[in-house]
Amino acid sequence: MKLFQRTIRDLHQMLVDREISSVELTAAVLDQIDAVGDKTKAYLLVTRELALRQAHAADERLRAKRDVRPLTGIPIALKDVLCVTDVASTAGSKILGGFTPPYSATVVERLEAEGAVFLGKTNCDEFAMGSSNENSGYWPVHNPWALDRVPGGSSGGSAAAVASGEAIAALGSDTGGSIRQPAALTGIVGMKPTYGRVSRYGLIAFASSLDQIGPMTRDVVDGALLLQAIAGHDPRDSTSSSRPVPDYLATLADGVKGMRLGVPKEYFVDGMEPAVEQSIRDAIRLLEQQGASIEEVSLPHSDVALPAYYIIAPAEASSNLARYDGTRYGFQAGGGRNIIEEYMLTRQQGFGAEVKRRIMLGTYALSSGYYDAYYLQAQKVRTLIIEDFKQAFKKVDALLGATSPTAAFELGAKTQDPVAMYLNDIITIPANLGNVCGISVPGGLVDGLPIGLQVIAPGFQEEVALRVAYAFEAATEFHNARSPLMGAAA
Amino acid sequence: MSAIATRYEVVVGLEVHAQILTQSKMFCGCSTDYLTAAPNANTCPVCLGLPGSLPVINRRAVEATIRTALALNCEIPEFSKFDRKNYFYPDLPKGYQISQYDLPFSRNGYLEFDLKGEAKRCGITRVHLEEDTGKLLHEGAIHEAQASLVNFNRAGVPLMEIVSEPDLRSADEAREYVMRLRAILQYIGVNDGDMESGQLRCDANVSLRPVGSPDLGTKVEVKNMNSFRAIHRAIEYEIGRQTEVLEAGGRLAQETRGWNDARGLTVSQRSKEYAEDYRYFPEPDLPPLDVSRKWVAEIRAGLPELPAARRERFMTALGLSPYDASLLTASRPMAAFFEETVRLGAPAKTAANWILGDFSRLLNADRKEIDEASIKPVHLQQLISLIDSGAITGKMAKQTFEAMYGAPDAGPALEAARGSTQISEDAELDRIVDQVIAENAKSVADFKAGKAPALKFLIGQGMKVSKGRANPQRLDALLREKIS
Repeated sequence: MKLFQRTIRDLHQMLVDREISSVELTAAVLDQIDAVGDKTKAYLLVTRELALRQAHAADERLRAKRDVRPLTGIPIALKDVLCVTDVASTAGSKILGGFTPPYSATVVERLEAEGAVFLGKTNCDEFAMGSSNENSGYWPVHNPWALDRVPGGSSGGSAAAVASGEAIAALGSDTGGSIRQPAALTGIVGMKPTYGRVSRYGLIAFASSLDQIGPMTRDVVDGALLLQAIAGHDPRDSTSSSRPVPDYLATLADGVKGMRLGVPKEYFVDGMEPAVEQSIRDAIRLLEQQGASIEEVSLPHSDVALPAYYIIAPAEASSNLARYDGTRYGFQAGGGRNIIEEYMLTRQQGFGAEVKRRIMLGTYALSSGYYDAYYLQAQKVRTLIIEDFKQAFKKVDALLGATSPTAAFELGAKTQDPVAMYLNDIITIPANLGNVCGISVPGGLVDGLPIGLQVIAPGFQEEVALRVAYAFEAATEFHNARSPLMGAAA
Repeated sequence: MSAIATRYEVVVGLEVHAQILTQSKMFCGCSTDYLTAAPNANTCPVCLGLPGSLPVINRRAVEATIRTALALNCEIPEFSKFDRKNYFYPDLPKGYQISQYDLPFSRNGYLEFDLKGEAKRCGITRVHLEEDTGKLLHEGAIHEAQASLVNFNRAGVPLMEIVSEPDLRSADEAREYVMRLRAILQYIGVNDGDMESGQLRCDANVSLRPVGSPDLGTKVEVKNMNSFRAIHRAIEYEIGRQTEVLEAGGRLAQETRGWNDARGLTVSQRSKEYAEDYRYFPEPDLPPLDVSRKWVAEIRAGLPELPAARRERFMTALGLSPYDASLLTASRPMAAFFEETVRLGAPAKTAANWILGDFSRLLNADRKEIDEASIKPVHLQQLISLIDSGAITGKMAKQTFEAMYGAPDAGPALEAARGSTQISEDAELDRIVDQVIAENAKSVADFKAGKAPALKFLIGQGMKVSKGRANPQRLDALLREKIS
């Protein structure tokens, strides 16, 4: 097996055993980027020199057996919404072209402290707004399983990198499904932790009350390892929780025997591909065979989650994106006769169509006279969704469903129909609004394309979601399926 | 004017912005020194609003806001939150200001003051907390400038907004309200009250309505008033201007006008006919705050004596007039100076007259605070005692005071005054002693009979005759010599 095909846990053992060096490993992954990067277009920026420098430092640590951590020497990709000191960080937007932050995100600092190696910044939908990565301000990403298909979004670059061997693991961000949906569509594991579990400091904001950073990995163990490294309170993020972080590996293999797993009937939505539904039903049966008790539950307000999301997220985005006016950093159009005209030219030219659409939606929803009807109403819906989850979790330990109603679709298939595109996230959005956590784990192949099983657990019970996902993974071979691109280089 | 004034009632409400004297900014660790630091030296990703940065609340700023609200008799709700006020401006790095909208830290307070012996009360709608903006510097006049520079050192400095009810009825009342408010802010140590540097800023909403009308007239917001005098003049001007418009049968525009101090008039800045929509919504980066009753009680317990209480004490315990007591307590350093002078032995009324008269006149001319002057309470007390003993005349005292004020140290000027007036020449002292002996035969006899205290009495008489100018040691010696 090639080095870039392996998991964090395997590679960690090889590094510790001095079977390989981090420089060798990093070089192997960089070679794979060179080999297939033109096909996936997963990266916006490859930080080759930084990676090799960090790999050397990691090797020093490994050689000296000094503070060796599970991620020491492991090459990781970072979604471009994460700030890294002196590394161009654009959030996939032209408007941040040329911006190099003078500081790093807290998660980045934590990975640095672990001795991880940064491969570069992965492509994404502009400001993480999208479900196919086609809204990138630079170029679309291609699914390593079928290059004419989208990898999902918005963390499509991170997903494609992990699925193609261009990274061992990656960080993504999830506001309405942006980690889980691309993970499902590229056959990897992706987790959205509970809001507040991971610091958002240094994450270029889309919707502040929903954004959460999470791991995108080859398997559940790697997901647990990466989450372990980034979770925990950060004094720089007042919305990060001070609850202690449990040892996620400790309970990972406890199995589902005796667990109560709920299947929300509302998650089998109209428009779901029959083959996807069949795979999920099979997955549920498998978990039942593992000893879990399965029961149907109801999350009655699921149907209004999507509309509420498309009020709250754009409203926050319209405010978060106001700072991009061209006067202090990033793109500046030039040529305006006064400051207002300059603002308009910069924002007209710097933002893509979807971002502008959401800024307009959000500005409208917050406007005087509309606020009560839209924003306030959406917040009330959010409260109902939180309540739905609370009620369901009185009966069951975790919830099961599909991650996305379909497998990866063709590039261009939905770009003309924003609402059809929004429907991709219909089963992932409730977890963001409901302050719970969710993980997508490979759930099989439909016509040769991966689909994901989603496990949702109560807020701050990531260990429960991981444990169910691990039990499923251990009983299946789905996670061992490799994309043609990853295999092709073998 | 008087005929007009009977037909219209003046309605004024004030919005006072006061920076809070914290070490660090509202939402980051940067220093709040924006006056002396090099441009943009005190900035960081948070106060520059760089992508991905997040605010963290400065607890001391919240405490100062609650302290202010308590001093203004406000209610402090148990639940509060921050909101975003969205608008584009180059001095606003995030494109929104973190402020408070519907759940401020406090509401429903009042401020009591006294105007020409009449008690007034102005309602306080709310005191809320927000962040200050950066500062723009235009190359040339604002509308013609080819470039503008921005300094973000001030961006994120904690700023309180103290909003009054439209309870003020004249420019005098408005000025008095701001003076009392400023005194309170100084007393509780949240703001130095410097209006010129913008540490304390005041906007006035001015309208007129027919006397007896319950409805409010069209409101004009007046900005850019940088002193008490400017507040008074601007409101007076605005009353006159609005009266003229209404008298001529015209209609007032709802607008913002800027006070031009040099020209002594207000100039229209922008129309407010279409209210700006700030699209307020709860700040998602900051969790709502539970303001515990225990914390509020602690802050209340830590409040010092407030100006109103001090004023009352100056009137009842020291016998000052309401007017003098008001003026003295309007400034915390001035009240402290006065109290110390009295404690050292000066009569209260005399000390008050000096502080509010010559001293204030000199300080105002120099735009100085009393605690910056070289004259200290001990100097004033000694000067007053020289006058009271008759050692120097009132006219000399005034000259001496100005000399003391002008010197870097007031001591030598005071000593010089004391020294220069003493009579030490033997011829003159002889005459005084002779007069005392002639007029006090009984005491002279007593002293001769061995009653020592009689000599003290005779020296006192000598001081009296000389109007305090005789050197008492020399009197002592001469009396002994002549009686024995």
